[in-house]
Amino acid sequence: MYLKKFILCLTALFLSPLSFSAWDDINMTPGVNAIAQEIFGLHMTIFWICVVIGALVLGFMVFLIIKYRKKEGVEPADFDDNPKLELTWTILFAVILVGMAIPATTTMIKAYDDEEGDINILITGHQWKWQYEYMEDEVSFFSNLLTSLDARNNIAPKTENYLLEVDEPLVIPVNKRVRFLITANDVIHSWWVPDFAVKQDAIPGFINTAWTYVDEPGVYRGQCTELCGVYHGYMPIVVKAVSDSEYKDFIQGKRDLKAQQALLTEKLWETDELFAIGEEVYLKNCVACHQVNGAGIPPVFPALAGSEIVMNDKGRQVEILMEGVQGAAMQSYAEQLTEVEIAAVITYTRKAWGNDAGGDGEIVVPKEILDYKNNKL
Amino acid sequence: MSAVIEGHHDDHHHGPAKGITRWLYTTNHKDIGSLYLWFSFIMLFIGGAMAMVIRAELFEPGSQIVSPEFYNQMVTNHGLIMVFGVIMPAFVGLANWLIPMQIGAPDMALPRLNNLSFWILPAAFGVLLATFFMEGGAPNFGWTFYAPLSTEYAPPTVTYFIFAVHIMGASSIMGSINVITTILNMRAPGMTLMKMPLFVWSWLITAYLLIAVMPVLAGAVTMMLMDIHFGTSFFKAGGGGDPVLFQHIFWFFGHPEVYIMILPAFGIVSHIIETFSRKPIFGYDSMVYAIASIALLSFVVWAHHMFTVGMPIAGELFFMYSTMLIAIPTGVKVFNWLSTMFKGSLTFETPMLFAIAFVALFTIGGLSGLMLAIAPADFQYHDTYFVVAHFHYVLVPGALFSIIAAVYYWLPKWTGYMYDEFMGKTHFWLSFVSVNLTFFPMHFVGLAGMPRRIPDYAMQFADYNMIVSVGAFLFGLSQLLFLYVVLKAIFYGKKATGQVWEGAQGLEWTLDSPPAYHTFETPPNLEAGEAKG
Repeated sequence: MYLKKFILCLTALFLSPLSFSAWDDINMTPGVNAIAQEIFGLHMTIFWICVVIGALVLGFMVFLIIKYRKKEGVEPADFDDNPKLELTWTILFAVILVGMAIPATTTMIKAYDDEEGDINILITGHQWKWQYEYMEDEVSFFSNLLTSLDARNNIAPKTENYLLEVDEPLVIPVNKRVRFLITANDVIHSWWVPDFAVKQDAIPGFINTAWTYVDEPGVYRGQCTELCGVYHGYMPIVVKAVSDSEYKDFIQGKRDLKAQQALLTEKLWETDELFAIGEEVYLKNCVACHQVNGAGIPPVFPALAGSEIVMNDKGRQVEILMEGVQGAAMQSYAEQLTEVEIAAVITYTRKAWGNDAGGDGEIVVPKEILDYKNNKL
Repeated sequence: MSAVIEGHHDDHHHGPAKGITRWLYTTNHKDIGSLYLWFSFIMLFIGGAMAMVIRAELFEPGSQIVSPEFYNQMVTNHGLIMVFGVIMPAFVGLANWLIPMQIGAPDMALPRLNNLSFWILPAAFGVLLATFFMEGGAPNFGWTFYAPLSTEYAPPTVTYFIFAVHIMGASSIMGSINVITTILNMRAPGMTLMKMPLFVWSWLITAYLLIAVMPVLAGAVTMMLMDIHFGTSFFKAGGGGDPVLFQHIFWFFGHPEVYIMILPAFGIVSHIIETFSRKPIFGYDSMVYAIASIALLSFVVWAHHMFTVGMPIAGELFFMYSTMLIAIPTGVKVFNWLSTMFKGSLTFETPMLFAIAFVALFTIGGLSGLMLAIAPADFQYHDTYFVVAHFHYVLVPGALFSIIAAVYYWLPKWTGYMYDEFMGKTHFWLSFVSVNLTFFPMHFVGLAGMPRRIPDYAMQFADYNMIVSVGAFLFGLSQLLFLYVVLKAIFYGKKATGQVWEGAQGLEWTLDSPPAYHTFETPPNLEAGEAKG
């Protein structure tokens, strides 16, 4: 089966320049806005210059190989320099380079424009997810990989957007200048959306800027492009460009949700209810490191099943979720999850995998998380 | 005093010691050259095995054979081993064998230092490889080890990694001091600098680069060590430090390092092309000036690796222009090689095949390098497989092919036996086809948007990744054939003549094959004739 597939691929490799649809698969995306298209044009210009130079050099080489094979009775020449010729091609190289540098410089100046946007979005890279904060609207959320572990482990089928799908995409309006302020919380990440020609490193302690202006509504996908640890390959970027009214609805929806969640902390919660929510939260946020069965991957990612803290030290467990663990991969979830979600996931870990039987079995309710937050203030 | 020296002189004409002590205590440049080359050969298979793991994991989308954590360890150590354990030691091995024979010197200037600089190298790689068996696993932060991933977020074995890098750096610095001292002090009478063989020139310049930048690397890892264990904040944003500073320091080392891995290749290829063209090298002077200008420029281009860190536009433009300038001396070299072949009398023995492939494929790698230099376009290329394709084109069919070419070219001289020409050519064609099958499609997936250093990828990259993997497996297997050809030559090869190749010029070809254990104890006199070679 592989052999057949391989031969097909190989045929595709040699035929692909002939058909335009295949050509798109193996070239840079032209992009969806003016600056991306300009960069694409620059890329193609430089590319064709390089192809021509390469073809001339390699072609000349083939000519030499055929023409000057050793033959009986033909003596090799013995010249060993030609200063005029050497000077000529040195100048020729310089001219070609200047020809490349001019369009490159104008494009660079256009791309480098850090004027404020109509909308300013703070993008923070975390191990291994992106956080988006709409500066003007005080709306903030995290964007996690949606692809299931089963799909990654070849148990479930892989869909079209395998590894390029998230639970909550970044939503931006079309026909507005959107400025991105990019930073990171832990290690260096890099935020890349090829269709916008935006790639900017997210560096802890720095805020980099980039911007885009999208004309066409649509969904645009990208990935983290700086090695940021184990799950570097699993933190995609999805941007949804929508009309202005849809964008306003989206922001309003986010605000309403925030208000609702605040109310939920007041509610009286059943253990089963929390356990069910907790399981969902766990599978989405914790499972990559601590594993489905709570066994973790020691020593880097500690086990939760049978853990002394998870079984008998509720206070410390809350603290770990809220503050993270210094010097370890465990980060603070205080901002990433709601009070309900944190309480639920703690409850889940204290009840699952036999921790219930081995420990005090106490649950945590959302109010306790809220109190923790308020006490800190 | 002089009596003592003369007394010692009598037993100077001894052969090698017997048994293991010959290799442990040796101060002979030929023995040490062989040690370096064999060390590099072994590391090639270790680093290559890691590449095979990487390609097996990337054969299809979805998790295949290793975890993402182990994948990152493979990526990191593949890079570290290939750079510091294969390419660099192989060039030092060639320098040891060839420089004294090419300049008419009896040995390297500092033979005991030479022994030390080799023997600390297996120690360094022993430490590095031992981390695989330690708690937390081997380094997993990429061969560029950007802070803070390599400091605050690194596995505990990072300290061993730092120690290993320090030892490798010390080895390189000592080796370079030796090369410079030898070349500047021990040339045969009459061999002026501008009569030196180009391989010697390329190594003289490379050695200066090494001495300039290895301490910078040592500084970078020392700062990491301080950050990790002694509470400093060089690269810790939380303590007022600067993670970008790490990248500036690293690439101030790293870019000259890239040329350290290619300049000796230029020397090798020049010798091979002139030999099999039966014609002197075209533009010897401009070749020397080109190498020197590439070396000088390498100090002012480092931030082209960092176009996306958020530099001011003046920085982007400066590093774009300076990087583009490198195309000029590099183009001069390629044209000079072609002009050497022009009106020559060409034959295509295995070394020549590898040398021609070097020129052709290095040109492709150079052109993709020129594309990467264009800063605005680099926003799309940066950290994708396009970059992986580019640097593998200059390092594998570039540096590695030049080393293989050198082995085929000088092996009859070193061992006294010819290799099997048919098997050599078979090795070449297998390598040539598979190297392109491996690295050419990487350009496509890179442009289409596949980031580097990911253990799994989106569906649209699947087909080309499978081709790349098959190419890689084939390339890996082909190098086993190389090992076979070398061993067969050593054990069953036909006797070689002193001249070996019809068109070969230079002092080393005036010696027997194999040369005596000590050669040129009386320097040849070149006052009248030309050397170069």
